[in-house]
Amino acid sequence: MAAIPESAHPDAGGLLGWIDRRFPLSKLWKSQVSEYYAPKNFNFWYYFGILATVVLANQLITGIFLTMQYKPSASEAFASVEYIMRDVQGGWLIRYMHSTGASAFFIVVYLHMFRALLYGSARKPRELLWIFGCLILLLLMAEAFMGYVLPWGNMSYWGAQVIVSLFSSLPYIGAGLVEWIRGDYYISDATLNRFFALHVAALPLALVFLVIAHLMALHEVGSNNPDGIEIHDHEDAKGHPLDGIPFHPYYTVKDLVGVAGFLLLFCGVIFFAPSFGGLFLESPNFDPANPLQTPPHIAPVWYFTPFYAMLRAVPSFAGTQVWGVIVMGASVVILFFLPWLDRSPVRSIRYRGPIYKIMLGIFVLSFIALGVCGLKPPAGIYPMIGKVCTVLYFAFFLLMPWYTKLDRTKPVPERVTGHA
Amino acid sequence: MSEVDHGRRRLLTAATAGMGAIGVGFVVTPFIESWLPSARAKAMGAPVVVDASKLEPGQLVKVIWRGQAVYVVHRTKAVVDILKNHDARLADPNSDNSQQPDYIKASGAVRARRPDYWIGLAVCTHLGCSPLAAFEPDNSFQVAGADLGAGWPGGFYCPCHGSKYDVSGRVFKSQPAPKNLTVPPYALTDSLQVTIGVDDASKAVS
Repeated sequence: MAAIPESAHPDAGGLLGWIDRRFPLSKLWKSQVSEYYAPKNFNFWYYFGILATVVLANQLITGIFLTMQYKPSASEAFASVEYIMRDVQGGWLIRYMHSTGASAFFIVVYLHMFRALLYGSARKPRELLWIFGCLILLLLMAEAFMGYVLPWGNMSYWGAQVIVSLFSSLPYIGAGLVEWIRGDYYISDATLNRFFALHVAALPLALVFLVIAHLMALHEVGSNNPDGIEIHDHEDAKGHPLDGIPFHPYYTVKDLVGVAGFLLLFCGVIFFAPSFGGLFLESPNFDPANPLQTPPHIAPVWYFTPFYAMLRAVPSFAGTQVWGVIVMGASVVILFFLPWLDRSPVRSIRYRGPIYKIMLGIFVLSFIALGVCGLKPPAGIYPMIGKVCTVLYFAFFLLMPWYTKLDRTKPVPERVTGHA
Repeated sequence: MSEVDHGRRRLLTAATAGMGAIGVGFVVTPFIESWLPSARAKAMGAPVVVDASKLEPGQLVKVIWRGQAVYVVHRTKAVVDILKNHDARLADPNSDNSQQPDYIKASGAVRARRPDYWIGLAVCTHLGCSPLAAFEPDNSFQVAGADLGAGWPGGFYCPCHGSKYDVSGRVFKSQPAPKNLTVPPYALTDSLQVTIGVDDASKAVS
């Protein structure tokens, strides 16, 4: 990580000067890294952005190498994954890095989003930054779903069957739309082949593009911080924020520690518990896809279970089950509106009153409870818990304009706290 | 230098862009079309013939038609006789909201061309799982993990989200599934040859 010397300038000599006269290398490095000022009071919650980037890189690299051995055809896909696991040198490690990376991606993204709820990071002027983030989540879900179909195990097959069938509940266009998505009268070779194309080319391209847009928006408006105040309100004579420090070297070094800690846990899972007790890789997926045999219990991978539980919580009425699909779609769409639903005069939870803290606590607990419900068969107490938690999930967002206004607030400091 | 006519320039630019947009619309068509079922997929959706004469009462055979599982069930007289007794517990007892050929709907509670043979898609109308057979009335042990209990008239149970159907594929009230199991068009000969995918046996492949 060689720092570019301060002397770098279009008039300078050497290779760097030659490049700088033709491409804004030093300018970009300065404006985006070495002189990008971030608030000095970042805490643990600010690791998850860089961790998401690390996991994205892991998915891209391992994904490219898996593509070299995998065969996207219904007759060969399952065997080619077994081939990667047993015969390709190091293949098992690359595949486990990829499959564990999928779950790690959702862990860090969910925590990254929770950070935004803690410190009001979606609030003005960061609305577009938040919306780019929500779009990334949406693409990530599509990417993960299609990736899960590729091994062509029985859970891959029936998961695809269930999710693609969701579209059939749409009035008028449903049946035709499903046939168009599948390219056949059932989930078949045609479906697998197009999911492969989307998973390895179209969606990753869109994802990388959106991540760049997310970072550009971040560097335009500047990072929020645990106090939820603008560091650019107090600047020194050179126009640098008094409470800001350059991203490099201060946060690159801090992030390295976070990445090292993350990799420790990540490698622990890869080497000792790659299927993570059936949560990261489900056991029915060790059977090849069988269109005639539904697994005894279909549950999506853990990161989809909260949304799946909401889908199941809504009964069908008026002869259609489109309502559950609408609720599940709304549970993601409602995230986009967060910046406008929150009417609190302060951003950070540090200066908010008890109502927001309680609501956020209930929201997190109901999201986790929904996740558990989505994993369980729809019997016993679980459907009831699913219904209650679905209501609580939506209450957090839909009641937000009122309770954030009603809530007590504490005075917000002028300068960031906790550091001399 | 002559004066620039901005109005003319804007009109020409807009007209060119408009033509371009129409062109893009046409170019998109083959890409969207390419996702529709191919000629090969359509050809493989041809009718399927099943010999149902070997089925004992209470047995079923699962065959594939258009990649979907289809049940051919030989029903016992006992379950057919009690079919009409539980109409009040069904979501759609007359199959008004469900998919089937007219001659099946006209057959009422049996939903079949012959009361002792039921044919229908083994595809749950909720999210497309494959319902399990649970034909014996009042036997709560025939499906693992689900208490079908006393008063169960025999039928199908979907393992994914717990939807219950009677032995004619009619869904019970308050289940995740909104509709009765779909009955495909089929023809049935006296020698119990079932042709799935056509209404008229004479059109079946010989």
